[in-house]
Formats: sequence, structure tokens, C-alpha cells
Amino acid sequence: MMTPRTLAGALAFAVLAVAAPFAPAWLVSLATVAFANGLVVLGLVILWRAGLVPFGQALFYATGAYTVALIGRYTGVHDVFVTLAAGAAAAGLVAFLTGFLLARYRDIFFAMLSLAMSMILYGVLVKTETLGSTDGFHVESGTFLGFAPAGALHDLAFYWLVLAVCALAALQVAIYFDSVAGMLGAPVRDNEIRVEFLGISVNRLIHLKLVIAGVLAGLGGALAALAVEHVDPSMSYWTTSGGFVFVTILAGAGSVAAAFVGSLVFELVRSIAVDLFPGEWQIALGTALLLTILLLPGGLGSLVGRLPRLKRKTGAA
Amino acid sequence: MSAILSVRDLEKTFGSIIAARDITLDIPPQQVVGVIGANGAGKTTFINMITGHLRPTKGSIQFEDRDITGKPSREITRLGISRSFQVAQIFPSLTVFENMCAAAAIARGTGGMLARALSPLRSPETLAEAEAAIELFRIGAYRDARSATLPHGVRKLLDIAMATVGTPRLLMLDEPTSGISIEEKFDVMDVVMSALKSRGVTVLFVEHDMEIVSRFAERVLAFYDGTVIADGAPAVALADARVQAFISGIRVVPPEAANA
Amino acid sequence: MLTAFAILTDGLVYAAYLFLVAVGLTLIFGVMKILNVTHGSFYAFGAYGAATAVGIYANADWPDAAGFLLMIALAMAIGLMLGLVLERGILRFAYGRDEVVVVLVTYAVFLMLEDVIALIWGRESYGAYQPMVAAGNIEIGDLVLSNYDIGLVAIAALVAGLGYWALKHTRYGRLLTVVIFDRETAAAFGINVKVVYTVTFVIGAMLGALGGAVMAPKISVTLGIGVEVIVLAFAVVVTGGLGSIEGALIGSLIVGLCRAAAVHLVPQIELFVIYAVMALVLVFRPYGLFTQAQPRKI
Repeated sequence: MMTPRTLAGALAFAVLAVAAPFAPAWLVSLATVAFANGLVVLGLVILWRAGLVPFGQALFYATGAYTVALIGRYTGVHDVFVTLAAGAAAAGLVAFLTGFLLARYRDIFFAMLSLAMSMILYGVLVKTETLGSTDGFHVESGTFLGFAPAGALHDLAFYWLVLAVCALAALQVAIYFDSVAGMLGAPVRDNEIRVEFLGISVNRLIHLKLVIAGVLAGLGGALAALAVEHVDPSMSYWTTSGGFVFVTILAGAGSVAAAFVGSLVFELVRSIAVDLFPGEWQIALGTALLLTILLLPGGLGSLVGRLPRLKRKTGAA
Repeated sequence: MSAILSVRDLEKTFGSIIAARDITLDIPPQQVVGVIGANGAGKTTFINMITGHLRPTKGSIQFEDRDITGKPSREITRLGISRSFQVAQIFPSLTVFENMCAAAAIARGTGGMLARALSPLRSPETLAEAEAAIELFRIGAYRDARSATLPHGVRKLLDIAMATVGTPRLLMLDEPTSGISIEEKFDVMDVVMSALKSRGVTVLFVEHDMEIVSRFAERVLAFYDGTVIADGAPAVALADARVQAFISGIRVVPPEAANA
Repeated sequence: MLTAFAILTDGLVYAAYLFLVAVGLTLIFGVMKILNVTHGSFYAFGAYGAATAVGIYANADWPDAAGFLLMIALAMAIGLMLGLVLERGILRFAYGRDEVVVVLVTYAVFLMLEDVIALIWGRESYGAYQPMVAAGNIEIGDLVLSNYDIGLVAIAALVAGLGYWALKHTRYGRLLTVVIFDRETAAAFGINVKVVYTVTFVIGAMLGALGGAVMAPKISVTLGIGVEVIVLAFAVVVTGGLGSIEGALIGSLIVGLCRAAAVHLVPQIELFVIYAVMALVLVFRPYGLFTQAQPRKI
């Protein structure tokens, strides 16, 4: 299991962890959010490999975020491990339930139904006065098993937490990609009927993928809520989902690393664009996306590493 | 069990269109059956019903003494019936080897869907099975080629090979040689049939080429207008007047008479 | 009873608005198989253009009818130019790519155009109420109806009728129908599909801009109206069936009436009732109301 890729990944995470105390605070903040969002993108990569692109992952993102926020507000529990687990579980449950319907659709209808579900949550959140309506509400700082650092130390600790969660998720998904369900993404995308004829239920496979992607998105949302210490309905809005899809296409579906690298690059570019062109940053970002889409079909990830082919692995085995 | 496949009064209608009707037959284990008939005569509908792609409007299907009428294709495959397709159904973006591994991985493995789905793909058994199938069907030269780029004959062989990895007991081939050049048809069928015979598989193949049917089938089912109009040894069935009138259009000369 | 009537009239007006926005979107999808997110920009540009036109004629003190015509003309001219530039300049490089990629291209353009709008018109809101005010109201019993709203419904009906007639009875309309049905076969028959694409996209853009223009007097023209409208249009188009004009019509009516009912009876669900309706329709008709599944032969 200690393949060169896993080793490289572990090294990358280690470097990112060690470099943080020496990096400027704004960069650490940016990276924290970028990696949290990277989890959502990772889920999208899993689904994209199977030929599905949901336009409503914000549903799970917001579920994770609001779960953390609500637990903090109504039970006074701020421990990150508890709230994160709850957020992921809640999102997973929603994904499991909505998956029964969603797994029966494909292409545009899948995308739109997913979108509709996230907009339903948005509508509910906006109309709920107790949750602050469009303003949302504040989320208390997370604590780490009783340990409650403040200021810069807190930001650093939280960054390390995000890194750890991402590293764990990356490892799990990499293992998943080696499993039957993981490898069946391309066959399902290529020829679903044949997969069915070979003896496995495609709808149930997709349901599984939806749950995994939902949990990842929920985790991302929970982390994001703790990172910015705020939640609001826009976390369920379609432009949030669109942003995630944006990054996924930018990053490419080639590897687990692509999700995180792509997310980081995106946040950096956006930050720089807003800084340099405050009135035109969307033009800048849009142009960057267009160029990437049109010139680099495999996304940025295709520059990072190639999709692992079975022949290479069996060659080494 | 006496018959591996038993079909009684099978019928399929689409609104007012009767695609298949009154089909009753038994197929003994390891028999090689040729299915002939004009386009639209009901051959593919028949295969689609047996393999679960279509639900019969009437009638029953028994496989190894077990009722499989109306079951979904993925269940029927796991029970031991596989099929290949008129238009080869493969995974174009994957290599031949990856295609075979996908098929082998899905077919193998016991337990519920979740257990199978999360088991590692690269298990030694899966890889071995994939390699073996590639060997058996002699497409090793194309092992690492992207299957979208394969020549037509190899695509069809891959399609058939993928249907065999689950060690089916009954295999239905829908026009295995269609689109293959006349010189190569017999070679392809030789490879396929010897592979299947060596595994003791009962075979049902749809064919339009009567020479192939005469050469490889032990029994012929002739379809016309949704039902079977002749059922017997090739020499007998192909010589049947109605079969000749509606299907062959040509007189079939028994091999011995041709040399006389 | 009054509530029921109010729901009906509100529903019809809202349906008219939805239809005008959705018809261009469904046309583009039907012909080009592209879910065009930029459609929201066409709407926004139409609205801003109308606001500008209203500004012009209000200050120049023209008669209202002329002003209204200027509004429409300016918006559609903007739609035409924008549609042409976008299709020839950017979109055509994405043809043939994965359908998600094409949607993302239109999304990228949509984001960029938001900033373009801000650069041209600034970040303040615009009001263009004059046509609405000038049209006045009529009173039916206890109900007060705006003449402008009635006009809106009339315009929507006109566009629906015109569109339907054009598709069935003009040469170009029939060409379009063929391309919608099967692009490759159309090309094999000598139809210049590229030209059809460009013309369709431009027509769709103009319709989107028209939608924005006629709505401008009813709303506060500000940044972000495109963002809101495009999801509504998606919901309507998917409910009715992608590529079907009847679908856009029926879809708009259903969604419009449901939303009006929600606003009057159950305001808490007002924001999401549209999406719930869409989801419900998809449960029973997985491809929308007016589209059939395409079976695959194996």
C-alpha cells in the first residue's frame, strides 16, 4: 500500500504542515478554506469519473456547516471532533436519503435535480428567522478535546486539523479508487448497460458514490464553518455548487491530489485577482477558467500526474 | 435437471405490436443452438427476455429449474446466463485488459453488493481470470490497446470474452460474426466455439450466415413473425420449406450432396 | 374567492415572466444541446438596457409608447450583438466537448459578464418604473390589476404564438425542428448546422434580453438579477422538457401558479416551491413533461 504516490502524498502533507508556522497568516487562512473546499471537490471527482456532475453539492456542504453551527449554538458543544463527526454524519444521512431518488437520474436531469434539492434547503434556510435568515449566524471557535487555543495558535491548530482530515480523506479515497466500485467509474460512464449486464446494480453503485461525495462535502462544509466562524444560507446557493464544479473541471479528475491542488490554486488565483482587479476580478477568473477549459482538457491535474493505469500497477506487482 | 433452459408460452407485446409469441422450448445442457430468422422476427426480443432486459408479457422462463421470468439482468447474469451483443458493448475509454478486469471483478466475488463493491479490484484472482480470458479468445496482441481503437472483429471477441468471465452455464451470442469479413468469420467462430466447448457452456447464437449455422450448430431454431417455425437438426430445419421460403431464400445443399 | 383570483392573476403574470425567460433557454438547448448559463446575462443586459432606454426617453420627454418601443428595441439589439459575439467568439470553440464542459464555459462567460455590467452601468440599482406607472391600473371589483402586467401576459402569449407558428410554418422553423431532432441527419441533408447554431443562439439571446427588458419596470435593476433568474429558468425548462416550447409554456404556467399559491397561502415555502415542483415532476416524468426518453438499441 505504500506506493510511490502514497509516499509523495504523505510527504506533501508533511511539508504543508511544517511550513505553516513560517507562512503569513493570510496564506494559512486561505489554505485552510482551500483544503476544506478540496474535500467537496474530491467528492465531485468521484462522481465525475462515473460521468455524473451534480450541481447541488452545496446541499451537503451547508448541511455539514449548519450541523456544526447548530450543535454549537444549542448544546454548547464546540469540540471539533464531535461537531465534525456530526456534520459528516448528517450530510451522509441526507446523501443516503436523497440518493434513493437521485441515483435514478443521469446527465442534465441528475445535475438539475441535485440543484433543486440544494435550492430547497436554501429556501428553507432563508425563510427561517431563528437561523438568522439571509444573514446566517456566528459559529463559536472550535476546541480541540478541551484544548482552546486563541488567536494565531488557534488558526494554526485548525489548519493542521484540516490538513489531517484531508490527508485521511485522500488516503481513503485513494484506496476506494482501487476498489471495484471506484474503478467502475469509467465503465459506468462509458457503458452503463454493459455494467448492469455483467452483474451489478449501477443505481446502487451510484448511490454509494453519492453518499461518499455527500460525506466529503459535509466534512468540507463543517470545516469551512469552523474556519470562517460563520454560516449563512449562501452556503447552499447554486453559485456555491457552481464554484465547486468550476474547481473540479479546473483540477481535472485525474487524481486525488488534483482536487486539493486545484482548490488551492483556485483560491490563490481568486485572491490575487480580487486584490489586483477589485472591479474586474470575475473577468480575470472567468478568463482563467475559459483558457484552462479550452486549452487543457484534462484540467490542471493532468499537469500533476496521470490517471493510474492498471497496466502500470500490474507491471510493478 | 433435464433442460438447462425451459421456456413456456413466452410472449412480448409493445402496445399493439407483437414482438414474440407462443415460444415454448427446452434446451439440454451443453447443446449448441443456432437461431435464425429475418430482422424483426423476434430473435433479439427472445434473447432480451431470457437475459432480463425485457419483461415478458406472458409466459415463463426456467433456468436450471429455477424461475427467472422478469428478473433484472444483473441477477440473471449472477445466476449463470450471459450474453454478447449485436453491437459490441465494451468500455471504449479502457484498454482490453481493463475491460476484462472490470468484467472479472464484477462477476467474481460473493456477498452483498456493498462487500463486492468495496473489495479491491486488483485481487490476484481477478487479474488471473482476466488474463486467462484474453488468452482463451486469442486477443492478447491487443491487451493494452484502448478498446475504442480495436478492429471490428477484435471488438466482438472482446464483447464475447467479457460475457464469459463469470463462468456462465448458458451463453447467448447475438450475431457474433456480424460485420466481420467472410474470410475471418469461420476463424472467429472456431476460437469462440472451442473456448466455450472447453468450458462446457451451453450456447445459443443468432446468425444470418447459414454456412456458419450448418457448421457449428447442433440444433437450429428458426424464428418468423415472432415465433419459432422450425426446430431441429440443421439439415432438417434448414431444409424445411417454410424456413427456406421466409428466411434462407437460398437452397441449402447438404455437404455430402455438394461433393457428389 | 378574492385570494383565488389573486393567485390566478399573480400566477399568470409570473408565468408570463418565466416563459419569456425560459423560451430562449429551451430553444438553445433543443437545437444545440447546451444548457446556457449565460442566458442569465442576456436577461440582465436586457434589463439594464431597458433601464437606460427608460432614462433616455423619460428625460427627453417622449410619449410612453415610443419609449416602450425604444426599450424593447434597445434590449433586443443588445441581445443580438451579445449573442453574436459570444457564439462566434467563444462558444464555438467548445462545441463537441463534454456537455458539462460546455455548461462550464457558459458559466465562466456568465461570471465575466457580471463584471462587464458593473463596468458599464456601475454598482448602483436602477429603476425603470415609468412604463409601469404610465400604463396605469384597471379595477375589477375588489381587485386592482396593473395594465402593464396584463400587457406582459399579452407579450408572452404573443411570443408563444409567434414561436409556435414560426417553428411549424416557416422554412427556418422547420430546419430548426430537424436539427433539434437529429443534428447529424440534418447535416447529412445539407443543412448548414453551424449557421443554424449561430442564428439560434442569437434568437435565444434576443429572447432572453426581451425578458429582461419587459421585467425591468417591475423590479429593481441591480447586479445579481441574472444569478437569480437563471436558476428559475432552469427549473421551468427542466420541468417542461428541455427543447420543448410547449414544455416551456406549460412549465411556466405550472410553476407560476404554484408560486403564486405559495406566496398567498404558504409564504414560508415561496422560495423553494419552484424546485419542489420540478423535483416532483421529474419523479413522475424523468425527462420533463414533454420529452420522451431516448431508448438505446443494443
